[in-house]
Amino acid sequence: MTRIDSLTPRETPGVLGAAPGVTEDAEAYAATGGYRTRTAPAELLARVEAAGLRGRGGAGFPTAIKLRAVRDAGEPPVVVANGEEGEPGSVKDRWLLRARPHLVLDGLLRAAEITGARRGYVYLSDATAAGRVRRALDERPPRLPVEVVETPHTYVAGEESAVVRRINGGPALPTAKPPRAYEEGVDGVPTLVANVETLARIALIAARPDGRHHTARSTLVTLAGAGTDPLLAEVSYGRTLRTLARAQGTPEPAGVLMGGMFGGLIGPHFLDLALDPDTLTTAGTALGCGAIRFLGPDECPVSLASAALAHLAAESARQCGICVTGTGSIRDEVGSLTTGTAAPGLVSRLHRRVTALPGRGACGLLDAAAGTARSLLQVFPHLVRSHLDTPCPSCVAPAAPLTVAVPHVAGRAVPRPRTAPCPR
Amino acid sequence: MKLRLDPTRCQGYGLCQEPAPDLIDIDDFGYASVVADPAPGTSEDAARAAVEACPNSALRLER
Repeated sequence: MTRIDSLTPRETPGVLGAAPGVTEDAEAYAATGGYRTRTAPAELLARVEAAGLRGRGGAGFPTAIKLRAVRDAGEPPVVVANGEEGEPGSVKDRWLLRARPHLVLDGLLRAAEITGARRGYVYLSDATAAGRVRRALDERPPRLPVEVVETPHTYVAGEESAVVRRINGGPALPTAKPPRAYEEGVDGVPTLVANVETLARIALIAARPDGRHHTARSTLVTLAGAGTDPLLAEVSYGRTLRTLARAQGTPEPAGVLMGGMFGGLIGPHFLDLALDPDTLTTAGTALGCGAIRFLGPDECPVSLASAALAHLAAESARQCGICVTGTGSIRDEVGSLTTGTAAPGLVSRLHRRVTALPGRGACGLLDAAAGTARSLLQVFPHLVRSHLDTPCPSCVAPAAPLTVAVPHVAGRAVPRPRTAPCPR
Repeated sequence: MKLRLDPTRCQGYGLCQEPAPDLIDIDDFGYASVVADPAPGTSEDAARAAVEACPNSALRLER
């Protein structure tokens, strides 16, 4: 079972809240300072910008720039809380929607005020989360219409253009860019697609402006390793990966798969790196959505890379020929290493693939596959060589699953709504 | 001026490269990628020919 813990200093604002195992109701949320509207939208935007808040969906784009682009795009925009968490190793978004729906909705309403939006959406696939969000909307009807849109759970369904396409009535599949959602999104109008944790942090900055720097510089991470339970944690930037590995229960990892599948593999000599998006990017890896998978001492990096590539290839939206062929080819090459049956020339062929393929698909799935294989070649070249024609005993055993279970969040009996729900 | 390739439309016919070898690369799998932006006057005609050559309208020329 996935545990939940805070690794942030006491008395600092956090998104985990006081009772992360129970759904927070409107009254409890309001008692934390939520839903108060004393801050003017322009002032809140200035605070978000000064604090340096960045998106928590994976790309880490500065939130204030995105808010301003949508606000200034010309037409009344639409805001979307994106809770569709496609990375199998990440649970934080689904936990957040299940446990603290009001924090996310408050953030969505603040984003609507900042951008001038008149409509909002909550986009997700998790049925439990959808129930908690609907109940929260009934409990405290929002000032503008907010619709819950559900999607099938796939790796690419949370990608920005897939979100827009699904809300517009199509399949949850990415489209070619441009246009970007902030230019032309839901119903053709400028659209803010913001990760639910990003919105939660906007709400937290509104409620606790004094703690805004801390709020912008801490993040939810899903930590997993072999042998022990995964850990959903809130952590301040600057803690080392080694600290996180110990907290999760894999004290001496043989390697780490970073950022879901977007940061690639890193070796044990990187464990002293600080958790900070810029530090990790400079080191050639990525924080991504904060999903971090530590390799146990008995696990093989080749096997983990192979499992990740098999997942990506299976989850290709099959829209781009180059993704189907390219991701499939990388999967097969790395898969052949796990059985010691590599075809001649594998290393040079794989090097060519990982250089030529990034940036070629409509979404980032092909990039994730190429990045995973590239990191395997760069960080573990000796292992790649030893796997070429000799079966590896660790790779024979089935790889530990990439999927982390979402923590159980108990529902709470909700009192009858005090006001009539707004007509939709 | 930009030559844009929609990867969801490229089926790997490879017909775009012949009229615009300096702008388009065909990879090991047969799929196209744009490697240079067309320059007005010199490679503009080649880019236009590449756009017209694609049976699946995967290429678009943007000003």
